[in-house]
Amino acid sequence: MSEPFLRIEKIVKTFKNNTVIHGVDMAFDKGEFISFLGPSGCGKTTILRMIAGFERPTTGSIVVDGKDITDLPPNQRNFGMVFQAYALFPNMNVFDNVAFGLKIAGRSREQIAARVDEMLKLIGLSGFEKRYPFELSGGQQQRVALARALAPSPRMLLLDEPLSALDAKIRVSLRDEIRAVQRALGITTIFVTHDQEEALSMSDRICVLNAGRIEQIGTPFEIYNFPKTRFVASFVGTLNILNAKVADAATGRLLIEGQEIVTARGTNGRATGDALAVALRPEALSLGRANGGSNNLDGTIDEVHFLGAVVRIRVRFKDSAISLDTFNRPHAAPPERGQPITVNFGREDILVLEGPAH
Amino acid sequence: MKTSRLWAWIVFALGALYFIIPLLATFEFSLRIRRDGYTFDAYASVFSDPKFHQTFGYSIVVGICTIVVGILVIVPAAYYVRLKMPALRPIIEFISLLPLIIPAIILVYGYIRLYSSSSWLPLTNSAMGTNILLTLGYVALAMPYMYRAVDTGLRTIDVQTLTEAASILGASQTTIILRVILPNIVVAVLSGAFLTLAIVIGEFTIASLLNRPAFGPYMQNIGANRAYEPAALAVISFLITWAAMGAIQLLARFAPKTAKP
Repeated sequence: MSEPFLRIEKIVKTFKNNTVIHGVDMAFDKGEFISFLGPSGCGKTTILRMIAGFERPTTGSIVVDGKDITDLPPNQRNFGMVFQAYALFPNMNVFDNVAFGLKIAGRSREQIAARVDEMLKLIGLSGFEKRYPFELSGGQQQRVALARALAPSPRMLLLDEPLSALDAKIRVSLRDEIRAVQRALGITTIFVTHDQEEALSMSDRICVLNAGRIEQIGTPFEIYNFPKTRFVASFVGTLNILNAKVADAATGRLLIEGQEIVTARGTNGRATGDALAVALRPEALSLGRANGGSNNLDGTIDEVHFLGAVVRIRVRFKDSAISLDTFNRPHAAPPERGQPITVNFGREDILVLEGPAH
Repeated sequence: MKTSRLWAWIVFALGALYFIIPLLATFEFSLRIRRDGYTFDAYASVFSDPKFHQTFGYSIVVGICTIVVGILVIVPAAYYVRLKMPALRPIIEFISLLPLIIPAIILVYGYIRLYSSSSWLPLTNSAMGTNILLTLGYVALAMPYMYRAVDTGLRTIDVQTLTEAASILGASQTTIILRVILPNIVVAVLSGAFLTLAIVIGEFTIASLLNRPAFGPYMQNIGANRAYEPAALAVISFLITWAAMGAIQLLARFAPKTAKP
């Protein structure tokens, strides 16, 4: 097995007496696109800043290509970084901004001109060389910032919420562009975001963080479909989380508010009688009673929201509720509030979460 | 609405008259050197005096040296305080205000005690040493203006992000200050520089007590011995100050514009 390109080893970060990162440990392969996903204050930017060299870990180390870079200043790491606030140099035009790192590296005038031209072509801004940052739109500024970061051929690209300041339409197009450029160059990239859609659509792997700890690392498919913890289940997507009790650990029988269901995924190490939390994806749920190996839960319609193409229905059990989406059918009226209903789902669709039930 | 605008104009006119009338009176007086009518003879007399050229030239050179030393000391200091020690800003601001609180005469007596012939660093023993002392005194005197100007300039840019962006691209701290920070606050630095120049040109106390041939003591000497020339000198020094202010306004047009959000 080959050595990972970047290793973060048990890093802890404490500001005064406040520990914000609690022993994070992870490894990145060369050419990977990894997203740090989590809510504000979860520590994702702090980890990125430690990788960049702007913050020093209180304990632990950061190793790149087998070399410990924990104490190496940022200007000697040869990393590229794109910031949320663009951070283009206002006194320089597009050419000089992109050329900045190349000039610092002592490249010749011809090399600089050729590389800047190449980078501007890559981001689709050829002909913008003489423009100043204030003459560019937000999306264009961020593309210039990307070209500037990539121009000196860095070992790794760090993206600190680069799309957060842009409007929705540009975000979508720019995230596709960033991913295309990353793939074309094969550069190892760490992307910090609080937007699950961005993380799911762009990443090879996602690292979900909460309160300075890693909750789960996995591919977007794994993170979305098989969340391990209640936090991941609630943060990524719109999972329904229900408290349950293990009726029989051997056969995977669970009790939800007195109703029995069966999971085909096991009880995640829980013994008979233990409480646990299970998650159900809205798209795995259907209305009506199903036979032959499916689970059924009886409840009453609590809310019906007509959203056009989709009708969102909330079904209430005794103390809890779940939401599911059904397609709008013009010739069939949606169910009414208070109507008794059965929700069915497969045994494979039950995700047993780690951690205690709430 | 109209009444309030009228009152605003009245207050503005009163304020303008408060400043303009003494100036006009001084200018008018400076033209009355001859009994038979107005003349610029007082100005001709001032400009033909070799001591005027000598002292003015001296003060300009000292002023430029003061600006250079001031920029070298204050720009990095204000930058580091803003970047690394923002909690120290109130203390630094207080220190920068001290020259306004402590009279120049106390400063210069302190200098003379510390750097006279009997001290471990006898700067006053030579003309060059005394010039250095005078420059350093002026740097302290101009500090409230220079620090504030630089700090205001730094407030208009995102110092931390620009520093980090340049740093990750391989730039050293010196390169960051010279190529990223300074060009973006150049107008603020220049406004501080022109204020410094205006202070140095008219300063009397330190230059006089250090016995340097500066413009301030020259003006005082003329004022004590002549009648019309001091008025002409006052008008000239006002014009120099205004020219400096006009230059600040002109340079502000060339300031790097901040990016659109």
